[in-house]
Amino acid sequence: MSDADNARPSHTRIIVMMVSVVFGMLAFVFVGLVPMYNLICEWTGITGRTNEASLVQDFKVDEQRSIKVQFLAINNADMPWEFRPTVKTITAKPGEVVQVSYFAKNATPRDMTAQAIPSLSPFEVTPYFHKTECFCFNQQPLSAGEDVEMALVFQIDPDLPAWIQTISLTYTLFDVSSEQKTAALTVQ
Amino acid sequence: MTTTTHDHDHDHEHHGPAKGLTRWLYTTNHKDIGTMYLWFSFAMFLLGGTFAMVIRAELFQPGLQLVQPEFFNQMTTMHGLIMVFGAVMPAFVGLANWMIPMMVGAPDMALPRMNNLSFWILPFAFAMLASTLFMEGGAPNFGWTFYAPLSTTYAPPSVTFFIFAVHIMGASSIMGAINIVATILNMRAPGMTLMKMPLFVWTWLITAYLLIAVMPVLAGVVTMMLMDIHFGTAFFNAAGGGSPVLFQHIFWFFGHPEVYIMILPAFGIVSAIIPAFARKQLFGYSSMVYATASIAFLSFIVWAHHMFTVGIPFLGEAFFMWATMLIAVPTGVKVFNWVTTMFRGSMTFETPMLFAICFVVLFTIGGFSGLMLAVAPADFQYHDTYFVVAHFHYVLVPGAVFSIMAGVYYWLPKWSGKMYNETLGKVHFWLSFIGVNVLFFPQHFLGLAGMPRRIPDYALQFADFNMVSSIGGFLFGASQLLFLYIVVHTIVAGKPAPAKPWEGAEGLEWTVDSPAPYHTFSTPPKID
Repeated sequence: MSDADNARPSHTRIIVMMVSVVFGMLAFVFVGLVPMYNLICEWTGITGRTNEASLVQDFKVDEQRSIKVQFLAINNADMPWEFRPTVKTITAKPGEVVQVSYFAKNATPRDMTAQAIPSLSPFEVTPYFHKTECFCFNQQPLSAGEDVEMALVFQIDPDLPAWIQTISLTYTLFDVSSEQKTAALTVQ
Repeated sequence: MTTTTHDHDHDHEHHGPAKGLTRWLYTTNHKDIGTMYLWFSFAMFLLGGTFAMVIRAELFQPGLQLVQPEFFNQMTTMHGLIMVFGAVMPAFVGLANWMIPMMVGAPDMALPRMNNLSFWILPFAFAMLASTLFMEGGAPNFGWTFYAPLSTTYAPPSVTFFIFAVHIMGASSIMGAINIVATILNMRAPGMTLMKMPLFVWTWLITAYLLIAVMPVLAGVVTMMLMDIHFGTAFFNAAGGGSPVLFQHIFWFFGHPEVYIMILPAFGIVSAIIPAFARKQLFGYSSMVYATASIAFLSFIVWAHHMFTVGIPFLGEAFFMWATMLIAVPTGVKVFNWVTTMFRGSMTFETPMLFAICFVVLFTIGGFSGLMLAVAPADFQYHDTYFVVAHFHYVLVPGAVFSIMAGVYYWLPKWSGKMYNETLGKVHFWLSFIGVNVLFFPQHFLGLAGMPRRIPDYALQFADFNMVSSIGGFLFGASQLLFLYIVVHTIVAGKPAPAKPWEGAEGLEWTVDSPAPYHTFSTPPKID
């Protein structure tokens, strides 16, 4: 099909351009869309995913305001552990360092590992909610029948918008035992 | 647009097709490959249709009669996947293969060998997809949108075969699209400027760009699923720091352009048929081109209207709502252009025209229900109900599928050299028209009353409309067997067709004999 007789534009040019668009889009999905999604979520806090651990900050405690903080616990899918906050609701002043805890018990006859994923509501709270210590930063292994009280230390930024009077913090507990196993296998 | 040269049995070593099976296996001829695409897509249409019949039979009455819920979910999933990737898309590629070279005055597609490859990997992809029905754990059961974690953590083992099948389909579509772009940009006859191209060619050029842009996104998202399932990554797994919502964003970033991939070529077909039977030039040719391009552009910035209920912030909902509504503007331009083309034309109502007019009316109904769904606050009620099912079936069945049927009736005389039976064609049209409306119209009411999608059983108050809908479904399904009969009968025993069987038809394809010779436009025609 080589029609060299007329000055037809080259197919190769178009193929090269189109194939580079294809690979460009493929790359865009992995190194563009996915990081972009995570960055947008982090900047805006729209998923209510709390940020990384922060150091205790020297906020001035706002004695005038009191914020109601509710703690919730959800077991994902068929996660069999007992999982609940030790205190369901507290009142916190913006700026003060608050310590609470969650209780988890593995009542099953096998050793398991769990990962808690936080979610804040309303999501506008996310940038003002600083956790200095959280059990969600690490996976939590529990052998059969074992239980644990897991600590959570946080501070609310005094710049918290005035309209927010109640904050709900939800932890969803995921069973990651099987992932642990695969990881262990790969290490061996 | 007029032409001069008449293609005849030419001077040099032009030969007919090879004999036997190898003709089809090794062919690089755009007409052979177009024919294979069309037959393949018809086979898939019947297979996907069979699954739809299972769905409608189960929904004929409340309660579980015929199939178990697990199998029902496999049916909805396979029906969607096969109809989207196996029936509608290959049918349009088949029409493109047959018609684009003839419409632009080219001897063949630009890359004939790749053309052969892009067709022949499809049967393997769909054989692999269909084989999952016989695997342990059953076929994919997570819906054609395969949302994670249903399609990752909770998927049947056959999901891996589904992923590879999607990879192959994507590769096929990308190769087909590159071929079409190269053909349209490089192979036009002298004098065939871009703004003289028939609209079917224009809409396919834009569709091909969409395919090249978004099929890699689909390949990417299924690859991420594969990695989550087998290699311990956590793109979509919240426990590992990923997000299931991310899946929906990536999927619909592919998925929304994909729905226009399935409708833009339909616009092109209808824009060819309506002027032919109204015996008037298409009204507003250049506005049609710009409208198509605008729709294609807008398709990239509206994806999140599929996911209003996942918890997008208010501003995001507002943006995606308004952007979506904006699409009604270029689409309205098109609909008004078709209507204006018909206005005061000398219309006749042969089968292709009936399907084309039906397309305009029923596609517009689907467009209006789309506008209703675009209203974010209202969508919270409609989301995942039968209203959505009614909406996208209205744009896909009397939309895309009817346009393909219109195109088949319109060009069948050119392909086969035989005329179909007009009476049977009209019977097929009216049965399909009545069937499709009885089938899908009541689903609007079911959805507004709150019946959810993808369920094998439902509350008693939905019983009557579901029975009506199922009866329409059986009627529509059965009338497609008549379509098969008509096409086969035409090829075997149709009356010979003239080179230009339609009085008002325009375009280069009508300047060659019927049936179109194996090689056409070896010498490029001259275009005024």
